Amino acid sequence: MRRVKRHRTTLALAGLTGAVTLVVWLTIAAAGSAGTAGSSSRSAVAAPPVPNAAAIKAKYGGQSITFVGDSVGGGHVRDLALASRFSKDTGIKVKVVPHPTASDASYSQLVRVFSSHSSSIDVAMIDVVWPGALAPFLVDLKPKLGTQAKLHAAGIVQNDTVDGRLVAMPWFGDFGILYYRTDLLAKYGYSAPPTTWDQLFAMAKKIQDGEQKTNPNFYGFVFQGNAYEGLTCDALEWLASSGAGSFIDHGQVTINNPKAVSVLDSFRAQIGKTTPRGVTTYQEGEAHTAFVSGDAAFMRNWPYAYSIAADPSTSKIVGKFNVTVLPHGAGGTSVGTVGGWQLAVSKYSKHQDAAIEFVRYMTSPAVEKFDAITNTNVPTIPAVAKDPAVVKVNPYLKPEIAGVARVTRPANSLKAHYNEGSQDIYQGINQILNGAPASSVLPSIESKLKALLK
Amino acid sequence: MSTVATPPVPTTRRRRRGTKLQRRQTRLAWLLLLPSLAVVALVAVYPLGKTFFQSFTDQEFLGLTPTKWVGLENYRVLWHDTLFRHSVWVTIKFTLITVSIEFVLGLIIALTVNSHFKGRGVMRAVMLVPWAIPTVVAAQMWKWMLDDVFGVVNDAGVRLHILSHSQAWISDPSTALASVCAVDIWKTTPFVALLLLAGLQVIPGDLYEAADVDGANALQQFWKITLPLLGPAIVVTLVFRTLDALRVFDVFYVFFGNRPDTQSMAIYAQSTIVGDGHVGYGAAVSITIFLIIAIFVVIYMTLNKARTE
Amino acid sequence: MSAAAEAARPVTRPASRSRRLRKSRFGRFLFRTPFYLLVAVIIVYCLFPFYWAIRSSFMPEADLFVTPLQYFPSQPTLNNYRDVLSASFFTDALLNSTIVAASVTLLSLAIGSTAAFVLGRFRFHGRSFVMYLMLSMTMFPQIAILGALYTMINAAGLYDKLGALIFSYLIFTLPFTIWVLTSFMRTLPAELEEAAYVDGATPLQVFWKVLLPLIAPGLVTTGLLAFISAWNEYLYALSFIQSPSNYTVPLAITSFVSKTGSAFAVPWGQVMAATVIVTLPLILAVLILQKRIIAGLTAGAVKG
Repeated sequence: MRRVKRHRTTLALAGLTGAVTLVVWLTIAAAGSAGTAGSSSRSAVAAPPVPNAAAIKAKYGGQSITFVGDSVGGGHVRDLALASRFSKDTGIKVKVVPHPTASDASYSQLVRVFSSHSSSIDVAMIDVVWPGALAPFLVDLKPKLGTQAKLHAAGIVQNDTVDGRLVAMPWFGDFGILYYRTDLLAKYGYSAPPTTWDQLFAMAKKIQDGEQKTNPNFYGFVFQGNAYEGLTCDALEWLASSGAGSFIDHGQVTINNPKAVSVLDSFRAQIGKTTPRGVTTYQEGEAHTAFVSGDAAFMRNWPYAYSIAADPSTSKIVGKFNVTVLPHGAGGTSVGTVGGWQLAVSKYSKHQDAAIEFVRYMTSPAVEKFDAITNTNVPTIPAVAKDPAVVKVNPYLKPEIAGVARVTRPANSLKAHYNEGSQDIYQGINQILNGAPASSVLPSIESKLKALLK
Repeated sequence: MSTVATPPVPTTRRRRRGTKLQRRQTRLAWLLLLPSLAVVALVAVYPLGKTFFQSFTDQEFLGLTPTKWVGLENYRVLWHDTLFRHSVWVTIKFTLITVSIEFVLGLIIALTVNSHFKGRGVMRAVMLVPWAIPTVVAAQMWKWMLDDVFGVVNDAGVRLHILSHSQAWISDPSTALASVCAVDIWKTTPFVALLLLAGLQVIPGDLYEAADVDGANALQQFWKITLPLLGPAIVVTLVFRTLDALRVFDVFYVFFGNRPDTQSMAIYAQSTIVGDGHVGYGAAVSITIFLIIAIFVVIYMTLNKARTE
Repeated sequence: MSAAAEAARPVTRPASRSRRLRKSRFGRFLFRTPFYLLVAVIIVYCLFPFYWAIRSSFMPEADLFVTPLQYFPSQPTLNNYRDVLSASFFTDALLNSTIVAASVTLLSLAIGSTAAFVLGRFRFHGRSFVMYLMLSMTMFPQIAILGALYTMINAAGLYDKLGALIFSYLIFTLPFTIWVLTSFMRTLPAELEEAAYVDGATPLQVFWKVLLPLIAPGLVTTGLLAFISAWNEYLYALSFIQSPSNYTVPLAITSFVSKTGSAFAVPWGQVMAATVIVTLPLILAVLILQKRIIAGLTAGAVKG
């Protein structure tokens, strides 16, 4: 008898909970569909029409291609908008598949498809360091898109050209910049952001000492120090801006030189002093979180962080920050590591020409402008980057910043061994940041890279 | 008749029925095992066999150069690979720490939940929570919680005067392994507790009643009744927990990425196969991991045989 | 008659000793407080991170990492839940994961329990070999068999389909299920079987009517653990599923990106909201199910 009663209470409770959950769920979902579900407000700008659509339709209309594009979220929504416009105008059906959010998962996916010679992917979005490795699987775009490539930044086009073949078209650019707190600089008597690394460290120390009296979690400087690809990007900036080379120059391994030793040791000295001790586990996310929560004076990051820092719903420092080029070492010049994505066509695609037309559309000035305005992507066409409408939404595209010298990672020298080489670099530099003297680590990185170049 | 290890209770009556029944039972046995064997063959034998053969080649992920047979070359290089040896050591340390603590904690929790008190049903659901959260999410949550700037562990620790100042649990090499063990223990103790709880529940209550009548106290009952009867459940739990701990990946990846001083064996295998693109060498790494795990299994089985004798 | 009386008496009372101690006045004082203290510590230890997730899910993104930390949201909001529930790939993922996990669990229990019956109650050559063969499936790191598994799944045309996951998850749920259920089967006394055989039952009837109900706690436990393992698996889902409409829950949760579309800006509030949404029903299901376990046991078979 008692058992039955106990069951009855349980079932009633379960039923009630289920009902309440259902009601809450439906209410929220209903309210949600009426509100902003991501980037619906951003697609106020319509996808541009396809130039020359009729001719394309006559030749390739009715074919279907698969495009591995940006990961789920705002990027995927933008891809869908562009793909549906393209399909509408040219009759070529485009199936958009988002790539995995994690970069190495995305790389593995592409390699698995390409190395099995599968025709399941026609157009792929590839990272700026992959053309060297994936070149054998990609179509040379120079015959058909060479003219359009001239519109894009020369450095990136060069990056995408392997052994004379243009294996990918630049799509988004990205480069490292310095974010700084304007209010704190004013508070501690600085009139301008730092121009050299030593200035940065000194300013960070003074601001940190002052702020830590009221906010013990405040630190001067945050960057990407985890043992991953992002550290290769950051370290490249430190070295290249101090005259210490760019890891591999003209096919020679140059990472082990006295200037590199001194620059890396000076960064090592900052860990835990002007940076959080945990900065050696920081990736982009942790760095921008520290900055937009008001816990850092300086940050090195990609341009994406600008819109996060400027959005009141995600940031506590709206109106209190600005961006500039990264500092340089004594006697060096400011640089920014090239990031970003390119579009490539698979050699095993059954519809190569249709795919190339799609790439032509996606890398055209009109679409790059659309991308820059709807998703704050950095255009790779300098003319688009100067457009006032674009600069308005992306203030880091001011000429004095956008014109900074770009430096590229040694992907084209290392080709298929880039991942391994980059791992040797970032693992070594992470060790240095965690306390090992640079002079003891750089020789082993050098010998590993030399072995890979052979 | 058969020389196979027998179940603890002899079946005398069956033997008396003769060999015809035995043969029929053996046939039935294999018939009923067919689905599981089919799954094993399909799902495991081909991939494992392929890995085994790949370990004797120089196959690359990108597949740009033709694959050659290299014999034992991969294993020879592996023998001198200090990074791999370090990852083995890190993984074994991790396994010993987590399995032992999880076992003790899991047993305590299982015994607690198994005793009668109000709200024990809720306890049973509560203890499942850590296991129910996806590992990748839990690892990232703990990474935030252990952060030295905005981590709640440091914040609460400093407020409660347990810590003098924020620690960089994950970055600091001296606390890195401890931090990853702590997360794994939090996540996986429910698994151990649940299994041990199930084992406790099939122990007949009349044994305890009889022991009460005989005047045995709680501790004696625990040692003489609970632990021995829990034996099989303990062995299975320890075996699978150890296997999983030796193959740990997600937590290490989220916390450390490819940091060389805190790689687990599976992370090293992954970075070799996917990162460096050396499929053949990575296969040799995987086979070696398999052999290391096999050593642990043999140890467990030997201890178990000793226990049942 | 004595059997009925015994059946009426609840079968599992391992706590009878604590009951006896508790009855005494001294015992009541001494044992109740530390015991409940222990219960409290266990609850805090298990639940605090989950409380932190719940707290984070109700906070606006900007407040999440502000120092000093807010232990309770100062400006609670439902935005995260709204954004999560209106993401179609997330609600699809809930359904997909349920389908995959349920199928894997049912398959594991069905195949596993028959295998356990054989491996636990029969004697024949090759029994240990089969057990170790099952175990060997779980002795390889997941990444090792990924490549070959990918080839097989592609060849079978299962790429980007839920069937690929159902197939692959059996690799780790089956050995575990078989081993646990076998150990349960082995603890059962032979007299029950003998009685059934004497009554003329076939082995399958013995399995279905006599043995299976007795290892009910084992079935429920392995079923639950298999369900959760399949639900939370990440690597194979990442490698074999491509379209967002086929995402499982771990893929969906790790795919949340902020409104600006940058993959670096993960909206942690939304991730926490998704985690809560995904975990709560599981807990509720257990709360309901575990009454069944007790009910099943107290109505258990005749002993002795």
